[in-house]
Amino acid sequence: MSNLLLSIEHVSRTYIDSNDNRVDALADVSLTVDDGEFVSIIGPSGCGKTTLLRLIAGLDTPQSGTLTLSGEPITEPDPNRGYVFQQGSLFPWLTVEKNIASGLKARGVYAEEKHHVAEYIELIGLTGFEKSYPHQISGGMAQRVSIARALINRPAALLLDEPMGALDSFTRADLQDKLLELWSRDRTTMVLVTHDVDEALYLSDRIVIMTPRPGKISEILTIELPRPRQRSEAEFLALRGKILQKLHLASARVEPEYAI
Amino acid sequence: MSVSNQKADSKKRFVLYLCVTLIGFVAAEVMSFALPNTQGLKLKINPHVADDLAYRVALAGLFLLYLGIGIFSAFRRDRREKFIKRAPFRLAIGLLLLTWDLLASKLDILHLPFFPGPSSVVNVLREEPLYLLLQTGFSIRLFFAGFLSGVVLGVGTGILIGWFARAKYWVMPVLKITGVIPAVAWMPIALSVFHKGFYAGTFLVSMCGWFPIAFMTAQGMANTQKTYFEVAKTLGAKTPYLLFRVALPNALPNIFTGITTANGLAFTMLVVSEMMGAKGGLGYYITLARQVSNYYKIYAAIIIMAVLFSLILKLVNFIRGRVLIWQRGLINE
Ligand SMILES: Nc1ncnc2c1ncn2[C@@H]1O[C@H](COP(=O)(O)OP(=O)(O)OP(=O)(O)O)[C@@H](O)[C@H]1O
Ligand SMILES: [Mg+2]
Repeated sequence: MSNLLLSIEHVSRTYIDSNDNRVDALADVSLTVDDGEFVSIIGPSGCGKTTLLRLIAGLDTPQSGTLTLSGEPITEPDPNRGYVFQQGSLFPWLTVEKNIASGLKARGVYAEEKHHVAEYIELIGLTGFEKSYPHQISGGMAQRVSIARALINRPAALLLDEPMGALDSFTRADLQDKLLELWSRDRTTMVLVTHDVDEALYLSDRIVIMTPRPGKISEILTIELPRPRQRSEAEFLALRGKILQKLHLASARVEPEYAI
Repeated sequence: MSVSNQKADSKKRFVLYLCVTLIGFVAAEVMSFALPNTQGLKLKINPHVADDLAYRVALAGLFLLYLGIGIFSAFRRDRREKFIKRAPFRLAIGLLLLTWDLLASKLDILHLPFFPGPSSVVNVLREEPLYLLLQTGFSIRLFFAGFLSGVVLGVGTGILIGWFARAKYWVMPVLKITGVIPAVAWMPIALSVFHKGFYAGTFLVSMCGWFPIAFMTAQGMANTQKTYFEVAKTLGAKTPYLLFRVALPNALPNIFTGITTANGLAFTMLVVSEMMGAKGGLGYYITLARQVSNYYKIYAAIIIMAVLFSLILKLVNFIRGRVLIWQRGLINE
């Protein structure tokens, strides 16, 4: 029996865009995530994935509904909920080492915990690049640093918004394995937004499928495949086909709206 | 075989360019000895000719300096290339000195008092070395007092208006209007408010830094990507961290642009305030020299200023390179 960590209840978020149109980015979304779970959120562009993740992070507030983490309402950003952006979020004026340390410095605990910096550099396999600046390392390395910077604060949950979206497929597979390794080490709860069905299947315990206009959860699939998973195995491929079909259906359902 | 040939060729080429570099100064030295000085002989009051010693020592000094640089550069390819590239220009310096010496000191085609020969100018260093050093010291002191306070005030004001919306609302328009007024315009007021010339000068020089630096600081902070703030917040950062460790570092490249802009203005202001208000400094020295028509001293002071200001610019660039090391390779120099 696992413990409930994150609870999202009837959350709605509406934006008014520059043409004064109402955009229902999220409409009455409910979701719970257990402690230590790996959940992926997948869906077509504009279905509110980023919006949902930002609400969990506390970077945005909903018009209605509640979000709680371990029973505490989420009102503002907190190091207990780490956030990894798609790309380009490392501080360019800090070295790899200092970027990772900035997680500790921001909380004001650098003096007590600085020994963790070397530990995380080793963990993400960037030994030797401590003194490099962000523009001197590759995109894949940069994302590892972003992840380490968030994890060094030992968050209860790590929220990742398409962290591998800008990477080539080799680097991506590499980073996926690294992410699994980090997850199984600390059992940090992971909430991953992705466009990539393979990625979601390879990594997650559950996959949340969303549909746009208004942003809603259409289906939640539990993935029972044993780990380590093989991307070419029959069951994996069958599930992949199933999810793709659901995604197509999901976008087909919005087709009429385009016609209006 | 061909490699060693190439090496020998490159060695020969370097020696050739070393000679090119030095030959101008040798020629100037030869000229200084070859003909007698005639400029100043026909003066009605106090006819005299310039003493060549300081000029000759200076030429020998330049010769040794470039010889030293040549030897230093000989052992590394990139330095050799740089040295070779600069050879024609250094040759030109030597030839220019020679021509100046010839036209002024030797042939008296350029007349006193407006166009003294190089020996008269350099000889100032022997006539009153301590006095000149003292005035240079005054200038350095005024510059750093004024400019550093300008940087501090500028960055401080910039942080205020870059961070606090209310401060921006009230201060920004004031800054925009006062910023276009050349600092010199405040001179009479500064002189009567601060009775000592040094304080007036400090104030005026600092004004040159204040506005451009405040403006650039505020702009650099305002341009900070939203992502950086959001990342910092999810890491647990509070306002001081967001301000001093996110927005301010983000503004550093801008701040240095402001500092470089302000530098030129500050040099101008420094000299003007010394010429008009202060009781010391190279500008003051020029004013004194002018009153008694000692134009050769003005040239000497100008040359010292050129060297001094170039060194200050070099220092600022050095600091900039150090502070903005994270930008190296990110932007085109
Ligand atoms: N700040 C905002 N102002 C106005 N509209 C917004 C804002 N943020 C998001 N939206 C709109 O809300 C909807 C959902 O956006 P969101 O970024 O959450 O989608 P997404 O699923 O992350 O898409 P993608 O896969 O392209 O990243 C979109 O229609 C978007 O245009
Ligand atoms: Mg998104």
